[in-house]
Amino acid sequence: MTFSATTDMQAAGLRARPGMRRKIARFVVTQPLGAAGLVTVLVMAIAGALSPYIAPYDPVAISFGDMLSPPSWEHPLGTDNFGRDILSRILYGARTAIVMGLMSALIGSTLGAILGVASAYFGGVIDLLIQRAVDIFLSLPIIVLALVVVAMLGRNLVLGFDFNLILAIAIPIVPNVARVVRSSALSIREMAYIDAARVAGYRTSRIIFRHMAPNLMAPYLIMLTAFIAQAILLEASLSFLGLGVTEPTPAWGLMLAGNAVDFYRQAPWMIIFPGLAISLAVFAFNLLGDSLRDWLDPKSRLR
Amino acid sequence: MLTYLAKRLLLMIPTLLGAAALIFFMLRVVPGDVVEVKLRADGASVTQEVIDAERSRLGLDKPLPEQFATWLVGLVELDPGLSMWTGRSVVDEMSIRLPLSMQVAIMGALIATLMAVPMGTLSALYRDSPIDYLLRVFSLVGLAVPAFWFGMVMILLLLWLFNWLPPVIYTPFWVDPVANLSQLIWPALVVGIRYAAVVARMVRSSVVEVMKEDYIRTARAKGLDEKAVVIRHAMKNAMLPAITVIGLEFAFLMGGLVVTEQVFNLNGIGQLFVQAVAHRDFVLVQNIVMFIAVVFVLTNLVVDLLYAALDPRIRYR
Repeated sequence: MTFSATTDMQAAGLRARPGMRRKIARFVVTQPLGAAGLVTVLVMAIAGALSPYIAPYDPVAISFGDMLSPPSWEHPLGTDNFGRDILSRILYGARTAIVMGLMSALIGSTLGAILGVASAYFGGVIDLLIQRAVDIFLSLPIIVLALVVVAMLGRNLVLGFDFNLILAIAIPIVPNVARVVRSSALSIREMAYIDAARVAGYRTSRIIFRHMAPNLMAPYLIMLTAFIAQAILLEASLSFLGLGVTEPTPAWGLMLAGNAVDFYRQAPWMIIFPGLAISLAVFAFNLLGDSLRDWLDPKSRLR
Repeated sequence: MLTYLAKRLLLMIPTLLGAAALIFFMLRVVPGDVVEVKLRADGASVTQEVIDAERSRLGLDKPLPEQFATWLVGLVELDPGLSMWTGRSVVDEMSIRLPLSMQVAIMGALIATLMAVPMGTLSALYRDSPIDYLLRVFSLVGLAVPAFWFGMVMILLLLWLFNWLPPVIYTPFWVDPVANLSQLIWPALVVGIRYAAVVARMVRSSVVEVMKEDYIRTARAKGLDEKAVVIRHAMKNAMLPAITVIGLEFAFLMGGLVVTEQVFNLNGIGQLFVQAVAHRDFVLVQNIVMFIAVVFVLTNLVVDLLYAALDPRIRYR
């Protein structure tokens, strides 16, 4: 069945894409947890994108009449100490979390992949230097490294997003990805088809981009997904520390920052819901990343 | 043994030197420093002369390589400079906070080990059973829940269940162990449980591997009961990789401390670091980072030494 469908498509001159729908169906069946993660991620992304239309209130509108009101029909998740609606802030926060998480994971993983490939392909002194720097960066906890970058760069708002914060989250990701991509690239470099390409006289750039890169897509995608989860967690932690996203942008970590602790007694909902949102988002991306790894790279299942 | 130790200690020097250079120059790539943060904090207008004078007092007007050399010499003499913000010696600032942070870190590592070893072993022995499934959920949840929120939930639980909050004033353990533990056990639980989520997974996969070995079959064949096989043969071998993770993750526990100390309002190294970053106090930042790098390198060394002590097949060379 599968076989004939594939050959028919190839015969018809289509690229070897044996039914995207069938692929997705197989993913759902073999990786139910991953599919659940994927659905959660999609729901979050849609909620974040549509937050201006679906949020019941303005996330930054201060209303002293509604301060610290408990969950009710008007405010399903209650309000905070400025009377702002927590549900609306969480919906808008999804946007911040996904944009920051996606951008920094994308930048970090791509830089890491480039360094990893360069390290593997060129070898020698370049490899040695890159690997020593990677070793040093990997010896530091990612939040410490992110804070060093925050101290180094300060703030830089571009289109409402703090680009330096994105870099601060991206840079700790770079060495992690570089290490993994390097080892994958090293094994690919020894493949016969790379030798063949070299013998055929192709340029280095062509070998890297046309022959090595496609084969590195699987580890790259797996790491990208896993690091979106890390990036969301890191952004929340930095915002919590008062060194990440700043008011008035709604962000989950920021909702727990500063004086949220003063309201343990009167308004526990202020603390519970934003934390649940962060945990759910990270959990969903982790599930997706794990299943993607099992699916694309069955050998690594034991780890 | 001694030559091995000396060799390992010598090998630490280039690593730490590299780390020092990387951190030092990274912090100084971008213009702007503590002087501006400090003097222009309230939007006050300060003349350029005042700023220059403050810069030269802090030694910021010297060329970077010279500043770097001064710092390195300071590190070796354990006098790595003065905080640019408070003006106090870095060693003083760090040493008053160190006992608290180290106690939380060590208690966290202990809690993690005590939880992770039995959990990981049980779920490896009963693969695909409810216990195994529970561990998988635990480690996924443990990785997803932010440490700071976990701490907040713990405080909420203490309030709801006991209507009690941990004390806010730090008491050294040797002065009053009860007061000390009633404050520090909670942050230690927070970092420890998250850390257990990582370690338990490692213990599980390493026990799974060991159970496939020939010597396990031999032990069973000679009629040992299962308990002896697991404890005397499997666990002993499976603990080696687990020790590596515990050791490696110990330095990363310091990362968890950065946020956890903030939640419990503990005046430790983590909070000092956050303040240093907020003030762009580069001297303090670079020294705390170096401290973490040293802890990492030293725990690695201890792990390697333990490895050889536990596994007679490994010899020092």
